[in-house]
Amino acid sequence: MAAHFTDAARDLARFRVRLAIAGAVVVAAFAVLFGRFFYLQVVQHRYYHTKAEDNRIAVVPIAPNRGLIVDRNGVVLARNDSAYTLEIFPRRVADLEGTIDGLATVLDIQPKDRKRFRRLLDESKGAESLPIRTRLTDEEVARFAAHAYRFPGVEIRARLFRQYPQGALASHALGYIGRINDRDLERLEAEGLLARYKGSDHMGKVGLEQSYERELHGTPGFAQVEIDAGGRALRTLSSSAPTPGNNLVLTLDTRLQAVAEQAFGDRRGALVAIEPSTGGILAFVSVPTFDPNLFVDGIDPASWQALNEDPDKPLNNRALTGAYPPGSTFKPFMALAGLELGKRTPEYTIQDPGHFSLPGVSHRWRDWKAGGHGAVNLHRSIVISCDTYYYGLGNDLGVDAIHAFIGQFGFGSRTGIDIEGEKPGLLPSSDWKWKRFKQKWFAGDTISVAIGQGYNLATPLQLAFATAVLANNGVVYRPHIVRYVEDARTGERRAIEPQPERVVKLNPKWVELVKNAMVDVTRPGGTAARAGAGAEYQFAGKTGTAQVVAIKQGEKYDEKRVAERHRDHALFIAYAPADNPKIAVGILVENGGHGGSAAAPIARQVFDYFLLGKLPDRPAAAADDDGD
Amino acid sequence: MTTATEALGAARALGARFAGNVDGPLLSIALVILAVGLATLFSASTGFPGRVTSQAVNIAVALTVMWVVAQIPPQTLMRFAVPVYLAGVLLLVGVALFGEVVNGARRWLHVGVVRFQPSEIMKIAMPLALAWFFQRREGITTWREWLAAAVMLAVPVALIAKQPDLGTALLVTAAGFYVIFLAGLSWKVMLALAVAAGAAMPLLWSMLHDYQRRRVLTLLDPTSDPLGAGYHIIQSTIAVGSGGLTGKGWLEGTQTHLEFIPERTTDFIFAVFSEEFGLAGNATLLLLYLALIGRGIAIAANAPTLFARLLAGAIVLTFFTYAFVNMGMVSGILPVVGVPLPLVSYGGTALVTLFTGIGILMSIQKHRKLVQT
Repeated sequence: MAAHFTDAARDLARFRVRLAIAGAVVVAAFAVLFGRFFYLQVVQHRYYHTKAEDNRIAVVPIAPNRGLIVDRNGVVLARNDSAYTLEIFPRRVADLEGTIDGLATVLDIQPKDRKRFRRLLDESKGAESLPIRTRLTDEEVARFAAHAYRFPGVEIRARLFRQYPQGALASHALGYIGRINDRDLERLEAEGLLARYKGSDHMGKVGLEQSYERELHGTPGFAQVEIDAGGRALRTLSSSAPTPGNNLVLTLDTRLQAVAEQAFGDRRGALVAIEPSTGGILAFVSVPTFDPNLFVDGIDPASWQALNEDPDKPLNNRALTGAYPPGSTFKPFMALAGLELGKRTPEYTIQDPGHFSLPGVSHRWRDWKAGGHGAVNLHRSIVISCDTYYYGLGNDLGVDAIHAFIGQFGFGSRTGIDIEGEKPGLLPSSDWKWKRFKQKWFAGDTISVAIGQGYNLATPLQLAFATAVLANNGVVYRPHIVRYVEDARTGERRAIEPQPERVVKLNPKWVELVKNAMVDVTRPGGTAARAGAGAEYQFAGKTGTAQVVAIKQGEKYDEKRVAERHRDHALFIAYAPADNPKIAVGILVENGGHGGSAAAPIARQVFDYFLLGKLPDRPAAAADDDGD
Repeated sequence: MTTATEALGAARALGARFAGNVDGPLLSIALVILAVGLATLFSASTGFPGRVTSQAVNIAVALTVMWVVAQIPPQTLMRFAVPVYLAGVLLLVGVALFGEVVNGARRWLHVGVVRFQPSEIMKIAMPLALAWFFQRREGITTWREWLAAAVMLAVPVALIAKQPDLGTALLVTAAGFYVIFLAGLSWKVMLALAVAAGAAMPLLWSMLHDYQRRRVLTLLDPTSDPLGAGYHIIQSTIAVGSGGLTGKGWLEGTQTHLEFIPERTTDFIFAVFSEEFGLAGNATLLLLYLALIGRGIAIAANAPTLFARLLAGAIVLTFFTYAFVNMGMVSGILPVVGVPLPLVSYGGTALVTLFTGIGILMSIQKHRKLVQT
C-alpha cells in the first residue's frame, strides 16, 4: 500500500514536471508570437502601413474636356456631348461572346455593334474597357441597371463624346477623333506623352483634330480613390481638376463653306478660299464629304466599307492631297515670269497658227483651238488662254528658270497649312528629272510644262495659295485655318500667324498687267465671260483644263465621246474684288470638262455670297463653253 | 425573516444546481474571449449579414454542450472512451468509402439530414482513448504500451491525412502526442522520434499534395505567388503590420473592410482583430489564452486520476496548439493550414468541440474530491 502510494506520488510528480515543461513551451511559443507581432506592428509598421494605403488608394485619372472648334463667327463645328456607354472590361470577363449574347437579351445590340467591338478589341489589346454600345437612352440605362448583377465586368459609363453638329460640312478640314489604338499608344509613348493620355480614350486622327491635338486635348486631372479588393471605387479622397483643352477659333466661315460645298452639286472636286491679306482659310472644300461623327466611337465595318469602296472616294482629301496638273491656271505665273525675267514685253506679239514646233523635233504642240488665235500679245494670251504663246515662252525661259521663279508662288512645295498630310505637288526641274528618272531634261519637256501640263502637279490648296500671293502682290502669308487658340477657362486668345512670311519681289507694273488680263478673263471675250456676266464687282480669274488621258498625236479630243472618268479636270483660280482682293480661290472639278464652264461658276457663287451675301438658289450650273 | 433566508438559500441552491459543475474562472475567461470574438466578427462580417447572430446561436449550443459534459463524471467519460474512439475510426473509414467531396477533399459524411466531419470527433476521442489506455495499464509503460499507443494514434491520423485534411490531422496528432508525452514517454525515445521525423521529411514532402507543398513554399517566400497561394499571407501580414501599436480602431480596418483579407470571418479572423486592435490587442488576447491554458493546467495538475490528468493536460495543450498555429499562420511564420482561432473564428463545429473540451475540464475539476475520497 505504501509502495503503491509512493508510486502514485512519483507518478504525479513526474506528470507535474511534464506539465510544467509543457507550460514553459506554451509561454515560450507565445513569446515567439509576441516577438513576431512586435516585429510586424512596431518595427515594420511603417512599411506595412504604406502597403495597406497602397492597397486602399488608387490614383484615377480624370480625362480633360477636349477643346471646342468654332468658325470665325462662333458657329460650333466640334463639341462634346455627354452620353452613356455600355462598356465591357475584357480582362474581367471570361466569356466575351456569352456576355454579349446575354446583353443582347436586355439591350438592343446589333450585329454591327458586335463587329465594331471585335474590331476595337483587335486594335486596342491593352484597353481596360471597350464600348459595346454607345449613346444609351435613359430607358436603356435603367434596363441595364436592373440586370447589371448578371454581368460582372460590364459597366455603364458617362462619357463625353465628340460631336460634329454640322455633320459632313467641312469634314475634310475638321477631320475627326477616334479611339486610341495600340499604334497610337506606341507613338505617344515614343513622344513621352503617355501621361497626358491617362484616362483618355480618344485622340485626333485626321484634319485639325489631329494637327491641333496638343492644343485640343488638355491635361488630365487625378483623383485619389479608395478602392476595395475587387477594384471598385468607393469614395474619392482628394482630386486635382483636369485642365481642359484649348478651343480653336477658325478663320473658316461655315456659311461660305456651305455655299461652296453646295455649288459643286453632286460633282467631285475641291475648293480652297483664302483671305489674301492674312492667309486665313475661308473655305476648305473637298467633295464628296463624309460624316465625321461616324468615326468617333470606332466606325462600324459596314460604314467603313461603304466609305472606302465608294468610287467617288469621299475619304480622299482632294484639297490637301489631290495632285492635279494645274493646266492653264499656270499661265498668269508664266506670263509674270516672262516679264520679270525679261523674256517678254507687253507689246511682244506672236502670230498663232494653232501649233508650235521646235527645230529638229517632229512633234507638234497644238493649241486647244484648232487653227489658232491669230495675233496674240501677253494680255490676250491670258484672256483667251493661248497655248502657243506659252509654248514659245516656256522654250525661251527654260525649265529651271520656270522652276525658280514660279516656285516662289508655292508650286512644288508644301504651303505649310496647319492641317497635317499636305502633298507638295510637283514643279519639275532638270535636277528633279535627273534624280527621279536619271534622264536628261529635253527642251521638248519644257513645252507642256509651260501650259501647266507635263510633269506639273499642284493641289487645289496650292492653286489658291499661289492666287492669293499674286492677288496680294507677292506678299506671302502662310495659309492657316486656325485664327486663335483660346484658353477654355480664361477665354484668353492666342493669335496664329499674323505676320507675312516672305515677299516675292515683283515689279508692280508687271503685276498690274497680269492682273488686268485676269480681270478681262471674266469679261466678254474672256474664257470665263459667262461666269463673270452680270457681276456687281470686278473679279480676276484664270481658267484651266487638265488632261486626264493623253491625246494621241493627230487625234481630236471629243469630250462627249470620252467616258466621264476620263474627261478633263476643270480648273479655275480667281480673286475678288479685283482692286482690293478679299478672297482668293483655287477650284478643281474632277472630270468637269472645261474650267470656264465647270469651275468658274462655282467661284462666282462663292464670291457672290462672300462679297454680297447673295445665296444661290441651286448648285452652280455649267455655264456655256467659252473655251479653255 | 426565516422564510426570506430560506427563500434566498433555496435560490442559491437552485443557482448552484443550475450552475452544476461549471467552473467559474474557466467560464469567465472563455466568455471574455467569446465577447472579443463576437466584436471582431461583427467588424469582419460586413458583407456576410447574419454571421454574428448565427455565431451567437452557435455559442448558445456550445455552452449547452459544455454544461451537459461538465455534469458527466470522469469515470463515465472513461466508459465512453473506447466506444467513441471506435465509432470515430469507423466513421472515418465510412468517410473514406462514402464521404462527400467538398473543395477537393473528402471530409463530410451525410447521416440522414445532418452532414458532419467525423474527423472533428477525433479531436476529443483521441486524447480520451489514449488517456483511458494509460489508465488501464495503470501507469505501467513498457515499449508495448508505447507501441500500442502509437498505433492507436496513427490509424485515425492516417485516415484524416488521406482525406486530405492536414489541419485536423495535425491537431489530432498533437492531442494524442500530448497524452503520450504527459504519460512520460522517455526523452530518448522522443529525441529518436524527432531525428526519425527529420529523416522522414523528404519522404513526407513527396507524399504531400501540390497545394500543400505550395503552402509551405509560399510561407518561405510569399511574393513568389502574390495573387495565388501567397495572397492570403501577404494580405494578412499587411493587416497585422499596419495595425501598429494600438490598431486602427474597431470597424476601422481598411484591409478588412475593403475586403483584402480572405476568410476574414473564419481562419483569418485574427488578421482583422490584429489590424483593428494592434499590438496592445494582440498582447491582451495572448494573455487571455495564457489565462485559459493556465487554468486548464492547474486543473490537470490537481486531477485525481491518471486518466483525468492526461485528458485534462492534453485538452488544454490542444487549445494552445489551435491558438498558436492560427496566429502563427496569420502572422506569416507557419504555413496556411485550416485551423481556426479558438473561441473567435466563426463556425459551430469548432466551438462545440472546444466547449466539449472545456466541459470535460470542468467535470474533472469538480469531481476531483469525489474520486479522492
